[in-house]
Amino acid sequence: MRARVLVRPKEGILDPQGQTVQRALKALGFAGVRDVHVGRLIELELDDSERLPEMCERLLANPLIEDWEIEDDHRVPDQGAERP
Amino acid sequence: MSTVASLSEIPRHRQLGLTDHEYELILERLGREPNTVELAMLSLMWSEHCAYKHSRKLLRRLPTTGPHLLLGPGENAGAVDVGGGLALAFKVESHNHPSAVEPFQGAATGVGGILRDIFAVGARPIAVLDSLRFGEPEQSERSRYLLGRAVAGIGHYGNSIGVPTIGGEVYFEPSYEQNCLVNAMCLGIAPRERLIRSAAAGPGNLVVLLGALTGRDGIGGASVLASAELGEGDEAKRPSVQIGDPFAEKKLLECCLELLDRGLLVALQDLGAAGLTSSVSEMVSKGGVGVELNVSRVPVRDSAMEPFEIMVSESQERMLCVVEPPRLHEVLAICRRWETLATAIGEVTDSGHVRVLDDGEPVADLPVHVLVDDCPLYDLKPAPPSAPPRGPEGFETPRAGGRRSEADLLLALLGSPNICSRRPLFEQYDWIVQSRTVRRPEQTDAAVLALPDGSGIAVSIDGNGRRVYADPRLGAAEAVYECAANLACVGAEPLGVTNCLNFGNPEKPTVAWQLTEAVEGVVSACEALGIPVVGGNVSLYNEAPAGPIFPTPVIGIVGKLPDVARAGRLGFAREGDAIALVGPFSPSLAASELEKLWGRTPSGPLPDADGGLIRQVHATIRGGVRRQALRSAHDVAEGGVAVALAECCIAGGIGARVELPDALDSFGEAPGRGFIVSGPADALERWADSGPSGACTMIGKVCGDALQISSRLSLPVDELARAWGQGLDKFF
Amino acid sequence: MRFGVVRFPGSCDDVDAFQAARRVGDAVILWHAERDLRAADVVVIPGGFSYGDHLRAGAIARFAPVMGEVIEFAHEGGLVLGICNGFQVLCEAGLLPGALLPNVSLRFVCRQVDLEVVNNQTPFTGACDPAETLSIPVKHTTGRYYAPPEELAELSAGGQVVLRYAQGHNPNGSLEDIAGVCNEPRNVFGLMPHPEHAVDPLTGSAGGLRIFESLRAHVDGRVAV
Repeated sequence: MRARVLVRPKEGILDPQGQTVQRALKALGFAGVRDVHVGRLIELELDDSERLPEMCERLLANPLIEDWEIEDDHRVPDQGAERP
Repeated sequence: MSTVASLSEIPRHRQLGLTDHEYELILERLGREPNTVELAMLSLMWSEHCAYKHSRKLLRRLPTTGPHLLLGPGENAGAVDVGGGLALAFKVESHNHPSAVEPFQGAATGVGGILRDIFAVGARPIAVLDSLRFGEPEQSERSRYLLGRAVAGIGHYGNSIGVPTIGGEVYFEPSYEQNCLVNAMCLGIAPRERLIRSAAAGPGNLVVLLGALTGRDGIGGASVLASAELGEGDEAKRPSVQIGDPFAEKKLLECCLELLDRGLLVALQDLGAAGLTSSVSEMVSKGGVGVELNVSRVPVRDSAMEPFEIMVSESQERMLCVVEPPRLHEVLAICRRWETLATAIGEVTDSGHVRVLDDGEPVADLPVHVLVDDCPLYDLKPAPPSAPPRGPEGFETPRAGGRRSEADLLLALLGSPNICSRRPLFEQYDWIVQSRTVRRPEQTDAAVLALPDGSGIAVSIDGNGRRVYADPRLGAAEAVYECAANLACVGAEPLGVTNCLNFGNPEKPTVAWQLTEAVEGVVSACEALGIPVVGGNVSLYNEAPAGPIFPTPVIGIVGKLPDVARAGRLGFAREGDAIALVGPFSPSLAASELEKLWGRTPSGPLPDADGGLIRQVHATIRGGVRRQALRSAHDVAEGGVAVALAECCIAGGIGARVELPDALDSFGEAPGRGFIVSGPADALERWADSGPSGACTMIGKVCGDALQISSRLSLPVDELARAWGQGLDKFF
Repeated sequence: MRFGVVRFPGSCDDVDAFQAARRVGDAVILWHAERDLRAADVVVIPGGFSYGDHLRAGAIARFAPVMGEVIEFAHEGGLVLGICNGFQVLCEAGLLPGALLPNVSLRFVCRQVDLEVVNNQTPFTGACDPAETLSIPVKHTTGRYYAPPEELAELSAGGQVVLRYAQGHNPNGSLEDIAGVCNEPRNVFGLMPHPEHAVDPLTGSAGGLRIFESLRAHVDGRVAV
């Protein structure tokens, strides 16, 4: 099965990449754009998604500075599912 | 008006860039029609980029022998002996067209490519320099974009692989707006015994492919781009741009050097333009042998790749080597350790053919000579322009009664993009790694690296399109003289030259004339200075519909100094030191930066250059630096004496009071021929006597906190430093 | 005394660290795939781009076989010095608090900077005078030190901030100008500047030698007792 993990900078941490992108969009004439953040997408082909949250915590994200989310996660909540 | 023929109506060979005449020649030499794979291979091997059709005859004029020469033109890189049992390999190469399309990856892969050329001869890369040219940053957002991304790309690749970028140059002219120039130079060192050639040998030996997977990168890429002028629709060429992976190359580099240290390789060659086709063809051509390759053994990114795609792919970070069969397992073990793929994909034969199989089925079979030797070489048909570039006489300088003061002009020149500080660039480069860098950026005219025995290597890269446009022969000679002058200022003796010739469409008579004249200029200067050309690169067809770029030969010279601790500096050092102007220096405003400031097209005539006298003066400067009679030495280049004096004050953080001869224009230029030096007064006088008579004029002394050129200008060093220091900031 | 300098695929300043270490003691290279610290008294994790900085700088290196030994060595009080990429690896491995983020400028910066020795009571700075200034080069894209506010306060109060960038010298936006931190027991130290590139006036500066000399003095002192 295919899984997608989204990793983004934690709220409150300065994200100069996000700011740069926001400025660039404005400079190109796109109005009404706020609060841009730049993160990372990791796609995996897995036999079994049960240990995916552990992969996220241990390697795919650094929980001190990043939040992670498993996209369209349909697994049962008490298995340690997504964070907002 | 004819309508454009649809793609399917154009014969295949023409779609691939071959002329009808060239195709007929192929039919004749082959005795039959080439199939698809063969046609793809031939179209690339016979492209301008690979075959140097229009320049090879001309390049034979360059002097290629010298006492320190170890490897001359024809190998992956040239090399000179630097003593202590060490060889110094070096080369410069262009990546102009890919950088115009995608500047980050274009510049990055340019660095990657030149690094591979260096370790392909068995040398560890120890430094990179880059020569960049773009349109005017003030006027062009596109040029600012190219500048920013190219610098980031060079930094990304060089920094990641752990090779310091220690020098370079960047210039801005409207001429380069559509055709930027990105030339990358690399130096490497090797124990002399580890230098290796690329000639394949030993029928029965295995051909082994090392490094990254082969993908569709650059199919028809570099060569197609390089043999055509850029015009509408270069967006569509984007998929052809190669993506670089410096991490993969770092592992490949360490792997290759270890294989060489253990004597496991018969031959080594990098894969660049035209990928497997050109590498394998060059290797067997030089070795006078043949080869049989099985493309189905090549590890690929996409299993659906066709044989011709595999043969012409320009995927980066790959090398080809020849290994004796009993040693293959050792080679594979070392490659595994360095996480580098290694696959035996073929065998050296004695057939004199390049035979390609796909899973045992033959898909191409070409005699090597058809691929490498039979490509026609063309004579250029040079014709000088009907009127030589001559601007109107007289400028609005104060001396000619103009409104702006010399002080104003000096500040304007110091802050101009071609002269100001390059700090925003070099701060993005790691110039420290490998612990050999002895002088910091902007402390000297040439970069200096320490060797284990206390001696040093110096290197500089220089070119000037504006002046070569005004007078191709003299302008090109000046580029050589200026580069050698930079070496003299740190106390280094030049050992060898590499060159990159960046020109327009050579089929146009004016461009052909520029190219021919420029090569003659390089020849005359190299002969006068006694330095051989060990290799280089040609980049042609740098043209847009509006016309060709300024003819731009870029010269790289390496040299040696016996005591690296005594490497010269350009900044004034001590209050009370005497200052002298040295050289056969008769500058003029022709093709100068001041002329550019006034918005004029570059004009001639350029001042004469006496090669023999220049050589003597360089030797005198070099000796003075080595003996420490001179505390500072700086060559006079863009902006003339006034700018050179200002640069010495800024670097030294100290002022000067000088008087210049009346006839000497403050901003006149004559690159490679004039120097500003300083030192203790008595030592300086004695040193001056040791040089050619009349070459040295005492002009003043180091003192105070302002630059005073009597009756012409007086400016605080702080103000000079501010104007110069911030020039490029607004573009980054 | 012996320094063990770790080499990962992609390490760039390992040879430089090795050469700098040899000015004060013996040095060996520790290959990433081998679980052997070769009797090193001090383990150095050097600068560079281990594993291409892929995913996050140091994120993959921290799981290399040799790091298992390094972590155990650190937990037993062994001395560990992490330089630049090494600092990133130590933070990822949890041996040091905080994390390194992309420079505020989003660009690589190579520059000589002044550092203030905030804490000279560590094995790494013992040879420095209190509040001494060291001039050492930095060269990195991802050097902005970050720790959550409460943790930052604890680090400062607890003397774990070892080096700060001098006024006006912060090249990357590090919080509180932090250039180097140590763990609570003071046996693990990470810094973004490159002391191994400041050991010889010939190549520009020698302030970094202090750190190697401090380690030498500390190890000698231990043996002497």
